[in-house]
Amino acid sequence: MSAGSGRLLRPERLKELSLLAVIGVTILVFTPLVDGYLSGRFFNRVSTSVTIIAVLAVAQTLVIITRNIDLSLGSIVGVTAYVTGQFVAAHPDVTPVAGVGLAILIGAGLGCINGVLVAYGRVPAIVVTLGTLAIYRSWLIEYANARTITTDELPSWVADLPRTTVASWGDLDLRLVFVVALIVVVVLQATTAKLRWGRWLYAIGSNPDAARQMGLPHRRLVLSAFVGSGALAGLAGFLFLARFGTINVTAGQGFELDSVAAAVVGGASILGGTGSFVGALLGAVLIDLLDQSLVRVEAVTEFYRNAILGALILLAVIGDAGLSAWFRRRRASEARPAVGTVPSPAEATPAAPGPAASPIPDHDEEASHA
Amino acid sequence: MRDRLRPWSWEILLALILVVSIVYNASRSDVYLTGDNFVNLFQLSIEKVIVALIMTFVIINGEIDLSVGSVMAFSAAVMATVSESGLWGVDVPFGVAIVIALLVSLVVGLIHGLVVVKTGIPSLVVTLAGLIGWRGAARVLVEDRSVGDFPQWFGELARDDLVGPLPFTLVLAIVGFAVGGVVLHRTAFGRSVFVIGNNAAVARYSGIDVARIKLRLLATSAFVAGFAGILFAARLGSVRGNIAETFELDIITMVLLGGISIFGGSGSLLGVALSIVIVLNLRNGLTLANVEGQVQTGVIGALLILSVLTRNVAERYLLRPRAASPLEPVPAARASP
Repeated sequence: MSAGSGRLLRPERLKELSLLAVIGVTILVFTPLVDGYLSGRFFNRVSTSVTIIAVLAVAQTLVIITRNIDLSLGSIVGVTAYVTGQFVAAHPDVTPVAGVGLAILIGAGLGCINGVLVAYGRVPAIVVTLGTLAIYRSWLIEYANARTITTDELPSWVADLPRTTVASWGDLDLRLVFVVALIVVVVLQATTAKLRWGRWLYAIGSNPDAARQMGLPHRRLVLSAFVGSGALAGLAGFLFLARFGTINVTAGQGFELDSVAAAVVGGASILGGTGSFVGALLGAVLIDLLDQSLVRVEAVTEFYRNAILGALILLAVIGDAGLSAWFRRRRASEARPAVGTVPSPAEATPAAPGPAASPIPDHDEEASHA
Repeated sequence: MRDRLRPWSWEILLALILVVSIVYNASRSDVYLTGDNFVNLFQLSIEKVIVALIMTFVIINGEIDLSVGSVMAFSAAVMATVSESGLWGVDVPFGVAIVIALLVSLVVGLIHGLVVVKTGIPSLVVTLAGLIGWRGAARVLVEDRSVGDFPQWFGELARDDLVGPLPFTLVLAIVGFAVGGVVLHRTAFGRSVFVIGNNAAVARYSGIDVARIKLRLLATSAFVAGFAGILFAARLGSVRGNIAETFELDIITMVLLGGISIFGGSGSLLGVALSIVIVLNLRNGLTLANVEGQVQTGVIGALLILSVLTRNVAERYLLRPRAASPLEPVPAARASP
């Protein structure tokens, strides 16, 4: 893909390009199989349905980058969708901004609980979020007391939200919810690429020991990732409320694993330090596109969908692993002639052994034991 | 030193929790302390207990298997459809259908293991795809039907007492844990499972065939899950596409509560056995106190977090000198899942 002239594509960009290619192939394969596949209506359908899982994939990526995982996302979606739904139903004159703000706030609060336990309680993220997955959900069940929120209770602006169109070309509508998802992706991609905060998130995920020795505020960074992911899950919860209208206590169940699948297909490494938000969006789009396309192929009954989806996800990650390995080999062989090149600043290498005094006061206490 | 002291203190804590929960439950209900109640309490989750045994090995080895619930359903679905409609038009005796289902589960595990070992993709991701895919495969086989009509002996296998008041499945679990404990803590194989979980690179340099052990464990994990799925079908009397859904979370919770580190390399089977008894005991007690199933799960989730949190806090303030070892990476810094 990149000419061997030293200007190499970054692995993230390569992954995004390969995902785009896979999405293109998917479209080519399904076009002859499904009537009216390349229509504006199908685009509207996919772009609306992908938003929730795209936002969650971005949330999951934010946490995965720091070498953690958030399995409570589905429960956070359920809690925010229900509580926010109940609130706007009880206060129909509340402004949209306040409604969305409430959802984001609740999500951020729940994410903060996760983050504090992981960063300050030093409990592994998978343990914490496996626990809060169950705790948030059972709180919701107690709280809801078997009551379901229905579409009629909600103010009309909530129910109209999924169909609100920003711009349209013929059949093809650009839906507001899709634009929201795009904005989320662009904002996170830009801030993590440009802001110090974002670079540090990658640093603590790719080499925690080195990041610690450099004096990065490890705990605050992990906490911020969890709060961010919770806030995004809150937003997804609101999108869920708007899209389905009818909310019961099972809302969002299983989304935690869907979001991990989308993030991982999108190139986030579960070992931390790698992943992009554009990739997360593309991963979500690919999975949703496959899902929506398979529904429309008559030969594939609904019973086959998950089986094929599982196989395709596995193929995607295997293909991705092969591609990355090829890329590494290529880079290694191209880098060999130039021995004395300066390592890229993004790769945080351990600084001089043990700087005795940390320049940053928030320096993690563990490091001082060493 | 620490390897001796730490796990034991953890198990003592679990034993204390257990005693408290038994005393509490006994004070709340007079049927609680009967032998039948205890047998019942185990029997209702026996499949999870059996899978938790192999999950302990997998997690100590530094891997994870999220697909167990789906593989349970897939294996049961294979058994049910093969016995119902035969293979390529040939009727298959029920016993053979079970063998086929077990072989299929083994193949499933080999696929997981080979992908993990050959491509280096984390088992979390591979078995996540398995979680979606094998559940789908089970749906392909049984669609939305409920396939039952099993021979009588099959149902009796799950229900009837074998030794004293203990049914076959419970005897199997007890024997399994005894054998598993010996294999994990007293054999060279068990040691290498720990060594790999602690540091795969070191294990490789000490001449341990890391790939082979990982492959074996992941294959066994699916095989045991398939077996548990068949036992589950025997107890339920029929197979549906959605059986054993979300079992993976309960099973992993049991293992982690048992003091097994999610990063691999530490823990003991005794701890897992204790945590299983605690979890089942708690559920039993909460049921007797009329607490809903989903809310029980929340209580167990809280217990899971608290168990690790209290250990961290205790270590920090009571066993402080331990942190002096410069060679040991701080826990928070180690690889997540």
